Amino acid sequence: MSTTRASNAELPLQQYENIVIRFAGDSGDGMQITGNQFTHTAAVIGNDLATFPDFPAEIRAPAGTVPGVSGFQVRFSSSDIHTPGDQPDVLVAMNPAALAINVKDLKTGGIVIVNTGQFGERDLAKAGLASNPLTDGSLKAFRVIEIDINQRVKEALTGSPLTPKEVQRCKNFYTLGLMYWLYNRPLENTIKWLGEKFASKPDLRDANTKALQAGFNAGDIQELFQGRFEVAPCASMPKGTYRNIMGNEALAMGLVAGAELAGVPLFCGSYPITPASGILEQLASYKNYGVLTFQAEDEIAAICAAIGASYTGHLGMTSTSGPGMALKSEAMGLAVSLELPLVIVDVQRGGPSTGLPTKTEQADLLQAIFGRNSEAPIPVLACSMPSDAFDCAIEAVRIAVQYMTPVILLSDGYIANGSEPWRLPKIEDLPRFPAKFLTKVPEGGFMPYARDDKRARPWVKPGTPELEHRIGGIEKSHLTGNINYDPLNHEFMVRMRNDKVMGVRDTIPTPKPKGPDSGDLLVLGWGSTAGSIASAVEVVQARGRKVAAMHLRHVWPLPKGLDAIFARYRAILVPEMNLGQMARILRSEYGGVNFVSYPKVQGQPFFTAELVTKIEELLETKR
Amino acid sequence: MTLDNAPLTKKDLKSDQDVRWCPGCGDYAILNSVQGIMAGLGIPRHQMLFVSGIGCSSRFPYYMNTYGLHSIHGRAPAFATGIKTANPELSVWMVTGDGDGLSIGGNHFAHILRRNVDVKILLFNNEVYGLTKGQFSPTSPQGMKTKTSPMGSVERPMNPVSFALGCGASFVARTIDTHQKHMEQTLLAAAHHKGAALVEIYQNCVIFNDGFIEGVAEKSVRDEKTIDLRPGEPLVFGKARDKGLKMAGWEPAIVEAAQADTWKADHASPGPAFAMAQLQNQAGMPRPIGIFRSVAAPLFDQGMNEQVQKSIAKKGRGSLKDLVYSGEMWTVG
Repeated sequence: MSTTRASNAELPLQQYENIVIRFAGDSGDGMQITGNQFTHTAAVIGNDLATFPDFPAEIRAPAGTVPGVSGFQVRFSSSDIHTPGDQPDVLVAMNPAALAINVKDLKTGGIVIVNTGQFGERDLAKAGLASNPLTDGSLKAFRVIEIDINQRVKEALTGSPLTPKEVQRCKNFYTLGLMYWLYNRPLENTIKWLGEKFASKPDLRDANTKALQAGFNAGDIQELFQGRFEVAPCASMPKGTYRNIMGNEALAMGLVAGAELAGVPLFCGSYPITPASGILEQLASYKNYGVLTFQAEDEIAAICAAIGASYTGHLGMTSTSGPGMALKSEAMGLAVSLELPLVIVDVQRGGPSTGLPTKTEQADLLQAIFGRNSEAPIPVLACSMPSDAFDCAIEAVRIAVQYMTPVILLSDGYIANGSEPWRLPKIEDLPRFPAKFLTKVPEGGFMPYARDDKRARPWVKPGTPELEHRIGGIEKSHLTGNINYDPLNHEFMVRMRNDKVMGVRDTIPTPKPKGPDSGDLLVLGWGSTAGSIASAVEVVQARGRKVAAMHLRHVWPLPKGLDAIFARYRAILVPEMNLGQMARILRSEYGGVNFVSYPKVQGQPFFTAELVTKIEELLETKR
Repeated sequence: MTLDNAPLTKKDLKSDQDVRWCPGCGDYAILNSVQGIMAGLGIPRHQMLFVSGIGCSSRFPYYMNTYGLHSIHGRAPAFATGIKTANPELSVWMVTGDGDGLSIGGNHFAHILRRNVDVKILLFNNEVYGLTKGQFSPTSPQGMKTKTSPMGSVERPMNPVSFALGCGASFVARTIDTHQKHMEQTLLAAAHHKGAALVEIYQNCVIFNDGFIEGVAEKSVRDEKTIDLRPGEPLVFGKARDKGLKMAGWEPAIVEAAQADTWKADHASPGPAFAMAQLQNQAGMPRPIGIFRSVAAPLFDQGMNEQVQKSIAKKGRGSLKDLVYSGEMWTVG
């Protein structure tokens, strides 16, 4: 795997366990592409990695301004990692605005690579800077590498048929080339990607490839750096076949897989919304898996069409974010009443209302569990990592089909756009749960609301002779499903629907704490806090603390056996990206347990360091 | 199987549920006509599916011995779209009202028509909210006094036919609950249309808007006050069938029957149909019923499924292995 080239031999190659790079530039600078390419190459080399794209809600805010800054953080490692890292070791700043808002996150002593070609007076003014950070001493805590990328790209592409403006758009590949040199990475993957991406535009392919190589060569020639760094492949990664995967992508694949494993076609009814649109887009590319994707006129129509598809024997699903969840809630209630399988994906973002569309949050938990009129119980799952979204989507489909119920699957902006290496499952290991359709009148007559051992009613495809029946949102008689306003029947049905959903506990595992089986503290997470919690707990465990971490995938109903686990720890710390919603549920479900809520609502995931501080602080007060 | 292939009778399509509309409600006549024409369509009962929203009209599916889905307020077009797209084999019928379809569900109503989903849509228009007990609806006339408009409604009414034409609907018709023969022939034409077919049915609400359409639809005045748009036939009306309509410039004018234009429901432009739909706003003009528009247009449900089939033909049916083992992969160990 080593790609060290002879010409660089005179420069020392320093080994690092892991490195965090943040690429930052204008929305139009192509930082997401740069970050993705770097990630891809790191993945293929065999590093463990985690990424965190952070982009503005505006598609193209005015060039050079702070609101227009787009960032992509990638952490690549020779050991097992769970998060994209708290602080970058390296910041690549393509303009003053990118430098100004990102440099405060950089590690002391970290490297800043600055494109001086974009540091004129007008550029500084656009970024709202009164003085030039390159000369005013504000960067003295860092190693600043100044390079006029605008000029270098222009020189490198002399003779290119591209216009000067197009030439400047190759800056990101020059920068990427430079970073490849610095971290001793091969260019081949990106060259191959450019070849495919610009297959029909050879001028762009050639120019970007040339810029990439020029950036790489600049590392050799220009003596910008004192040395190069290397992060070896991650030896502790389990054997297997891997690919890099983003959360939305994994979730979409999981839904397709889930439908296949249930033996029913998938129907996606969705309306575009950040950060969930990627799921609809991904599913639209899976038509050859028999997937129907319906881009509806609004969020309500999206879920209603999905319910309609479920009635016909498809697995209906809809994907959205918080505002869309609010709009869909009436239809979710209908799905509860109809008792049809349905998967509702909520990729959470900052709220309320439009809130922070491109930032992450976990504040839809109570909405997911309780946010409907009347008694309308729905099982709720939450994915923890990009690759976990695949497994969670399959599990959501399983519950929906086996229990004839809508299921809510929570993701969030951090998972949706983040990526990590995914160890591909063996196909034969995936669980199969074929849907059982009723195809003829059973002995004793057909009852649309009869129940099986899971309290699920029969699924009948319209088009099946002799099983014609009507379903609707009006309360139904037990067994027959006919309209019924009787008080006792209503209570019976309310309890039946609730018991059915609570019965999901019979088929879900009890999670296991990682770390000591009992002790001072259990850090309990759900959703995308998993990585930060795992990292923080590893740190404090290494310091000899009796602290364990546990993660909840099924957030409603909660799995059996949690009370016994909670009883073994003196306190349970619950970090969440909301004001303590899970802690509130836990307190109401498990009286007498000392739950300590640790909320953070900044549109950003938890840093490992702040969790470590919180855990240690709690342990101190315990003594 | 022999039973399934036997021709259906009206009785076969009656469900075992008691019909619970008010005595004298126009819905009974519509139910009767629908059951009548559907029995003769040659479609097996188990292939029929009725979808509705909320309102008096939306109880309809419970009374049909077919598959049925009574959904939520205004959203029936979205359910119907999902159903028909997922299973184009089904004969999907949607029942809605002026409040359900045009007020809370106006958005979805527009989209099912423009997409041309192959669903037959029956819009019961009684110009009032029935199930919520008598508030004005989007089709109520200006000045109508109700509990929520004690001084008379300020709103201008919506014309469902004009709206549907504006959405690009491929089939638009209107009929009257008390005119059984006309209703049945209109429903039959809708049933045979390939694509979204809207039939607006003037439907009397005996409790909250009794007789609202009597001035036009009552048997003794009907021939004088309405004109039946029949494609390929002259635009003639009147008890003695002595009057006709003819386009004079941009507007239809009343002429002697002999000079009447021949009605065409498939003009390249929906303009003539739109002109007919707006006649009711002009004093002395007959109220058009019958078929305003009937044109061939690509079917949404078919188009969606064709893309799936094309993709499978081109790439092959994807397997779980293809799905998971994709993209750039590498091996550890």
